[in-house]
Amino acid sequence: MPATPRRVGLFVTCLVDLFRPTVGFAAVKLLERAGCAVTVPAAQTCCGQPAYNAGDRADTRAIAEGVIAAFEPFDATVAPSGSCAGMIRRHYPALFAGDPVWEERAKRLAEKTFELVSFLVDECGVASVDARHEGRVAYHDSCSSLREMGVRAQPRQLLATVEGLELAELSARDVCCGFGGTFCVKYPDISGRMVADKAKDIAATGAGTVLAGDMGCLLNIAGRLSREGSAVRARHVAEVLAGMGGRPAIGEPAKGR
Amino acid sequence: MDATSRTFVANARAGLRDAALQTSLARFQGGFQVKRAEAAERLPEFEALRDEARAIKDHVLAHLDHYLERFEERVRASGGTVHWCETPEQARERILALCREADAKTVTKSKSMIAEEMALNPFLEEHGIEPVETDLGEYVVQLADERPSHIIAPAVHKTRDQVADLFHEKHTPLGRTRRLERVEELVEEAREVLRPRYLAADVGITGANFLIAETGSSAVVTNEGNADLTQILPRMHIVIATLEKVVPTLEDATTIMRVLARSATGQEFSTYTTVSTGPRRPGDADGPEAYHVVLLDNGRSRMLGSEFREVLRCIKCGACMNHCPVYGAVGGHAYGWVYPGPVGAVLTPNLIGLEEARHLPNASSFCGRCEEVCPVRIPLPGLMRKLREQEFAQGLAPAAVRRGIGAWAWLARRPALYRCLTGIGIGMMGALGRRRGRFVRLPLAGGWTGARDMPAPEGATFHALWRKERKA
Repeated sequence: MPATPRRVGLFVTCLVDLFRPTVGFAAVKLLERAGCAVTVPAAQTCCGQPAYNAGDRADTRAIAEGVIAAFEPFDATVAPSGSCAGMIRRHYPALFAGDPVWEERAKRLAEKTFELVSFLVDECGVASVDARHEGRVAYHDSCSSLREMGVRAQPRQLLATVEGLELAELSARDVCCGFGGTFCVKYPDISGRMVADKAKDIAATGAGTVLAGDMGCLLNIAGRLSREGSAVRARHVAEVLAGMGGRPAIGEPAKGR
Repeated sequence: MDATSRTFVANARAGLRDAALQTSLARFQGGFQVKRAEAAERLPEFEALRDEARAIKDHVLAHLDHYLERFEERVRASGGTVHWCETPEQARERILALCREADAKTVTKSKSMIAEEMALNPFLEEHGIEPVETDLGEYVVQLADERPSHIIAPAVHKTRDQVADLFHEKHTPLGRTRRLERVEELVEEAREVLRPRYLAADVGITGANFLIAETGSSAVVTNEGNADLTQILPRMHIVIATLEKVVPTLEDATTIMRVLARSATGQEFSTYTTVSTGPRRPGDADGPEAYHVVLLDNGRSRMLGSEFREVLRCIKCGACMNHCPVYGAVGGHAYGWVYPGPVGAVLTPNLIGLEEARHLPNASSFCGRCEEVCPVRIPLPGLMRKLREQEFAQGLAPAAVRRGIGAWAWLARRPALYRCLTGIGIGMMGALGRRRGRFVRLPLAGGWTGARDMPAPEGATFHALWRKERKA
């Protein structure tokens, strides 16, 4: 096993920052328990993916330069998202290809950028978590976690050690939920169909909770489930692994108000 | 072929509302996905074979002129003729001239997407020549006066019931008045109707899966054997193909065939593989008297020198559309031109223009499944992104999108200001959404809230909370 990188820069991601700070705190807790010293660089906003996928290369590069400068001092950059981590790891080097200065810097950052759960398992050697969550849980693989970051076994491995938790598999587990960044608002009819199919698949597992490692998918799936009046709750996988699964779920009213 | 890609959004909506189409799509996509996965699983060297297939195609693309010249030389040596055509219009004029040379009244055709590119059927009809499609799916589509909705399963959008009605209507004048129900009966009737057409045809037109440089042969794979009857029985055989179909050797062709059938239908090999070399030789028992290859460029040589070169590796297996969730939702006709699905999203803007087809590379969630299953590993999402970059650079993207992205990117480069403004916005949204936990409607977010609620944010940003916590 590689030596545990001690100094981790947490890339919070814009969706966690804005919609679900709980996930950020869960990530910090998990990383600190794994022996990492976590820093949250103040000079971070977004990885640039919305601009990148809109074809706006100049703006993407400007944003990416900021991310590289903010995160290169750390041993590892970790994001509670396969999508944002994948952007830095897979796409930054391509974005700066041929640039005499930035290509090398982008590559160096890319090599030490990880998705949270796979980082815990593969890099820190975490084999179990100290957490409890009663009931059946379905896990949704985000496309970027699955295909860009090689995340499939790691979250299942850790979830299997959560006391009381029974893991259910979706029948179409490698199929997109229909989020796709701006795709979901540019082509709402198609995206709506995709997320409706995903909600049907989740319901068929009989799970009371659906977990995923990406806030984009989770906002999409939680929004669809609540639109259908479903009782299934949606949470980020880090919340359950960190033992913070007792807070109101995504899209659930705040308690006691 | 006239394109309707510009109205993709409306086409897609129509597809989503078509109940029969939805039934067909769900059944076919599930089946093809399982079959491909099982075929890949059964062959330990499948991944290595994909690399080999990709390397063959890359090698050909790097030496295309050499192999095409070699191919022509070998075709000529075997008594055939190669016709080089730059545009679809030139190609169909040439085909018409050849048909007239053969004094053709009817031509049989086996499946060819290139014929769709040049809208060959309506063109031949206009000039008094009757084309008869012999691939069962193409035959169905021709009877219905429609277009293929998939490159290897052209009538996949139709249910059995719809085909039964269609055959009943169109075959009644032929004296076949009973409406058939079972698939076997429908297939049998099509065979019986087509048999005399094969025998009467003056010219047979086939596509080509491969043009083989070392032998000057064309090769076609089918599961129905229709290409064999199409090319062997008439007096003249015309092969239509685009430039990138050439491979160096017969062995290269068979290497690619091994990934082609597995990726397409999960078969180890297609049922029929037919290799044709030149016209009938003295002493041959059968075969056409004349053999012509109409070689169409239609934008390929331009693409060869562009950043889209990799899409020319495509072997037209259909795996990308079989696995695409967008294709699976809207069907092939929504894409509005010859090639649907992910490969269509890259090819179509290149062949008919980005302005007409700008929706296609945008209508993807970039889930990456197409690239994952592509037998020759074409980076389809990456190529779609390059088209989005062209669209953005040329100012074709909607102004609201450009302005929105620009304003957001400007803010994202200024963390302090970003923090301040998002903190205020999220605070307001959190306070408004706290009671219900979600928004059923939001101003300017109809695209989101049409199909799903917007979960309310927790109320404070992570960065604000973190600053407070770590200071305390």
